[in-house]
Amino acid sequence: MSAAALNHDGAFAAARRRLRFGPLWLAAPGLAFLAIFFLFPVLRLLGLSVQDLETSAWTGDHYARIVATDVYFRVLMSTFRIAGLTALLSLLFGYPLAYWLAQLPERQRGLAILAVMVPFWTSYLVKTFAWMVILGRTGVINQILSGTGMSPLPLLHNEFGVMAGMVHAMLPLAVLTMLPVMTTLDRRLVQAAETLGAPPANAFWLVYFQLSLPGVAAAGLLTFISSLGFFIVPALLGGPQQTMLAQLIISQIQEMLNWAFAGALATFMLVAALVTCWVYDRLFGLSSLSGETSGRAGGGQGHLRSAGMTILSALAKASTALGGPVGRLLGPKVMDRLLPVYSAAVIVFLVAPALVVVPIAFTTSPFLDFPPPGYGLEWFRVYFNSDLWVSATIRSFAVAFATAILATLVAGLAALALARSSSRWRGAIFAFFLAPMIVPRIVIAVGLFYLFAQIGLVATDLGLIIGHTVLALPFAFVAISAVVKGHDWRLDQAAATLGANRVKTLMLVTVPLIRGGLVAAFLFAFITSFDELTVAIFVSGGVKTTLPKQMWDDMILQLNPTLAAVSVVVFAIVMALLLMAEWLRRPAR
Amino acid sequence: MLSPLAQARTAPVQAGAAATPKLLVDGLTKRYGAITALEPTRLEVPAGEFLTLLGPSGSGKTTLLQMICGLVEPSGGRILIDGQDETRTPVHKRDIGLVFQHYALFPHLTVAENIGFPLRMRGVAPADLARRVKEALEMVHLGHLAGRFPKELSGGQQQRVALARCFVYQPSVILMDEPLGALDKKLREHMQYEIKRLHRETGATIIYVTHDQEEALAMSDRICLMNHARIEQLGTPHDIYARPKTAFAADFIGVSNIFRGQVRRDGSGTPMLVTGNGSFRLSADTPDRPDGTLVVRPEQLDIDGDGDNEVRGEVVDTVYAGSETRVLVSLGGEETITVRLRRGTAPPRLGEVVAVRWRADAGVLVS
Repeated sequence: MSAAALNHDGAFAAARRRLRFGPLWLAAPGLAFLAIFFLFPVLRLLGLSVQDLETSAWTGDHYARIVATDVYFRVLMSTFRIAGLTALLSLLFGYPLAYWLAQLPERQRGLAILAVMVPFWTSYLVKTFAWMVILGRTGVINQILSGTGMSPLPLLHNEFGVMAGMVHAMLPLAVLTMLPVMTTLDRRLVQAAETLGAPPANAFWLVYFQLSLPGVAAAGLLTFISSLGFFIVPALLGGPQQTMLAQLIISQIQEMLNWAFAGALATFMLVAALVTCWVYDRLFGLSSLSGETSGRAGGGQGHLRSAGMTILSALAKASTALGGPVGRLLGPKVMDRLLPVYSAAVIVFLVAPALVVVPIAFTTSPFLDFPPPGYGLEWFRVYFNSDLWVSATIRSFAVAFATAILATLVAGLAALALARSSSRWRGAIFAFFLAPMIVPRIVIAVGLFYLFAQIGLVATDLGLIIGHTVLALPFAFVAISAVVKGHDWRLDQAAATLGANRVKTLMLVTVPLIRGGLVAAFLFAFITSFDELTVAIFVSGGVKTTLPKQMWDDMILQLNPTLAAVSVVVFAIVMALLLMAEWLRRPAR
Repeated sequence: MLSPLAQARTAPVQAGAAATPKLLVDGLTKRYGAITALEPTRLEVPAGEFLTLLGPSGSGKTTLLQMICGLVEPSGGRILIDGQDETRTPVHKRDIGLVFQHYALFPHLTVAENIGFPLRMRGVAPADLARRVKEALEMVHLGHLAGRFPKELSGGQQQRVALARCFVYQPSVILMDEPLGALDKKLREHMQYEIKRLHRETGATIIYVTHDQEEALAMSDRICLMNHARIEQLGTPHDIYARPKTAFAADFIGVSNIFRGQVRRDGSGTPMLVTGNGSFRLSADTPDRPDGTLVVRPEQLDIDGDGDNEVRGEVVDTVYAGSETRVLVSLGGEETITVRLRRGTAPPRLGEVVAVRWRADAGVLVS
C-alpha cells in the first residue's frame, strides 16, 4: 500500500514538474537584472584593469604603477588604515552600548534603538555637513572653546575629523549587528558560570563575550567593508593625508577618464573586501551574518581556538585585577551607573549632529554661526525659489520611488522563490543577491558608468533608477527574506484547499502576511536611493542632478545655510516616510 | 564500586543527627514590593539528605532555591552552610552546585570543557583537572562524548553533562531546579534512577525542586511541600502521603477524595463527621476539632465491599491506566469520588448505582 502511495506521489510530483515552473523561476528577473547591471559591468571593469589601453593586450602595468607610485600607494595604505580604525573604534565604542541595550526591558530598548538609528536614517551628506558645522574652525566646538578663552583646536580636515565622521556613520551599523546576538544570548549561562565559581569578570569574558563574538565579528566585517568605499567623509572632513581609494577612483574617472587605472584601483578595493569576507567565512561562516547559527560547532578550530581562550582568560584575570581596586575607589553606586552614563553619552554623540543642523537652517545670518544671531525662513525661501534645488528634489523623489518599487518587486519574488526552493543552487543565489552589498559601491558605480556610456544611459533618470536598484536590491532582499522565513506556508496550503488559486493565494494570504517585510524593503530601497551619491556622481550629469549630488557640489564649493535648510527638508522627508511605514506595517484593524 | 570521589563524600552521612546541619535556612524571606515570594522560612537539611521542594508554581520553591545559591538576594533571614553564615557571600564564592532547568551548558565549550569549567575557576592544576573530568564523565557514562559540543547531544545526554559538571567539584550542597522538566516521561523516569544513584554513590546533600509529586515521592528522603510562599508540610514521602496535615497537602500529593463537615461525637464517644453526603465515622485517634476535611485515598475505597462508612452514587466513568483501573462515582451534582478498583475485580457498568465503603481508620481528618 505504501509503495503504491509512493508511486502515486512520485507521479504527481513529476506531473507538477512538467506543468509548472519550479519556484526558483521567480528569482529569474532578479538574477537577469543583477547579471546585466552588476556582474557584467564589474567583471568588465576588472577586465579593463589588466588591458593595455591601445593594444587591448594583457598587461599588469596599471597595478605596477599603483604599487610603484608613492602617492597611490599611500592612498591605498591610508584607505586600509582608516577603514580598519573605523571598524575597530566602532566595535570598541559600540560593544558596551549594545551590551547595555541588550539588557534593557523590551520597550525601553525599542526607544533607545530609535535614538541609535538616527545617524542611520540621516543622509550621509547631511551628517557630514553637520560635522563640518560642529568641527569647523569657527564651528560649534571651537566657538564654545573660544568662549571659555581657549584657543581653537584643529578638528577638521585631519584624521580626527575623518574618524569622527566615519565612526559616527558606522556605529549604528556595528551596534545593530551585535545586538541580535546579545539579546538572544541566554543570560542564564552567565548565572550558571557564577554558580560554578566564576567571578563576574570570568563569567563575562569566558562566557558572555565569547558567545557574543559572532556578532562582534559580523559587525567588524560590515563596518570594515563599508568603510573601504567611503569618499564623502574623507573628502569633506579629511585632509590630503586622509585621501581614500574611492576619491582617487572618482578623480581618475572624472578628470582623466582613465578607465583602466580606475579599474585597477577598484580591483584593490574589491579584493580587500572579498579577502575580508573570506577570512570571516573561514572563522565564523557567512551564514551567521543573516543570524542563522553556523553549522560549525563552537566556531574556530584547534590552535586558534585554544589561543583565543588563553587570551580571554588573560583578559579575565586583568579585569579582575583592575576591576577590584577601581571598584573600591569609585564605590558600588558609581560602578553601577558607569554603563548607563556611558551609553547616554554615546547616544548623544549619535543624535546631536543631526539636531545641530536645525537651528542653522533657520538662521538669519549668511554664515554658519552657532547659535544663530536670529531666526527666520530666509534659507528655506532660497531653497524653494531655486529651480536647481527644487528640480533636484523632485528628481530624487521620483527616482527613489521608482527604485523602491522595482527593488521590492524583484527582491520579493526572489525571496519567495528561495524560501520555497530546496535546490542546491539556493545558497549560491542567496549570496548573489547579497553581493552588491559586499562589492564596494564605487566599483559598481564606475562599472555601470562605463556600461551606460556605451548604451546611452548616462544623464538619464532610467540610468539612475537601474543603478540605485542594484544597490538597493540586497537590502530589500534581506528585509523580505527575514519575514518570509517566518511565514507559515501551511496557511497558503489552507487557502488552496479552500479554493483559492495561486494568484489569489498570493494576493489575499501571502502578501498581507509578509507586508511588514515588504514595507521595510520599500523603505530601505527608497532611502538607499534618496541618499545615494556614488552612482549619481557619474550618472547624473549637468542640470539633471539629484539632491545628494547637488548638496555634494555645493559642499565642495562653499558651505552655506541653504545646505542646512536642505538638510532639514531631507530629514523631514525621511522622518515622514518612517512614520508612514510604521503606520502601514501595522495590521489593518 | 565507589569511586574515590564518592568515598570522600560518604563520611558526613554517618556523622549523625547531632552534628550541625549541612544547610540551615533561618527566617529567610523575600519580598518584591508588596508581593511576598517567600514568608520567613526555617529549614534544616542534614548532610547527605535528598530533600525535595515540592509545590505548584508561585509557591516560593524556586525563590528559596535561588536565594540558597545566591542568585537572588534575600529580604531577610540567614543562610548557613556547615554553620558558616553565607547569606551575603557572592554567588561565585559559595560552595554550591546548581543544576539548571534547561541545563545551561556553555554552547561554545566541549563536554569536557564544560565539566572542567568549575575546576578551572578553582585553579585546579591541568593534570588533576583532566583526571577529575574523566572520572565525572565516567560516572555519568559519557566518557566517549568528551570532545562533543552540547548541541550535538540528546536531551538526556545534556542532562548528564549538567549533572557531571555539578558533581565534579563536590560542592557542599547541590541544588537542582526541575532538572528533568524538559525530558519526556520515559527518559525522566530513567534519569530519576540516575540521580538517585549519583546521590547514593557520592553521598551529596541534594535539594531538588519539582512540581511533580510522583517524582518527589519516588526520589526524596524528605519532602518539603510548599504553598503560598511558605512551607505547608515537611516530612518523609510516606508521612506526607499517609498523614497529610492540610487539605492542600492531601490534594497535591496523590489522588484524594475529600469530604468537608462538622465533627460530632455519637453516644459511645466515637467521633463522627457530618457532611452533605452523610455522617462518617472517624478513626478513634482523631484529634479534637470542631470541623475539618476528611481525606480518603482511592485505594482505601471499596465498591460493594466492607467498611464502616458508605456513600452511594452512579458510576460515570472508568479509567484504565494499565497497572490499575479507577472508577469515578458521582455523588450527585458536581461531586465525584475516585475509587481504585481492586485487582481481579470486573469494573461496574456505566450508570450502575454502587455503594462505596471504607473503614473508619482509613480516613484522615485534616484542617
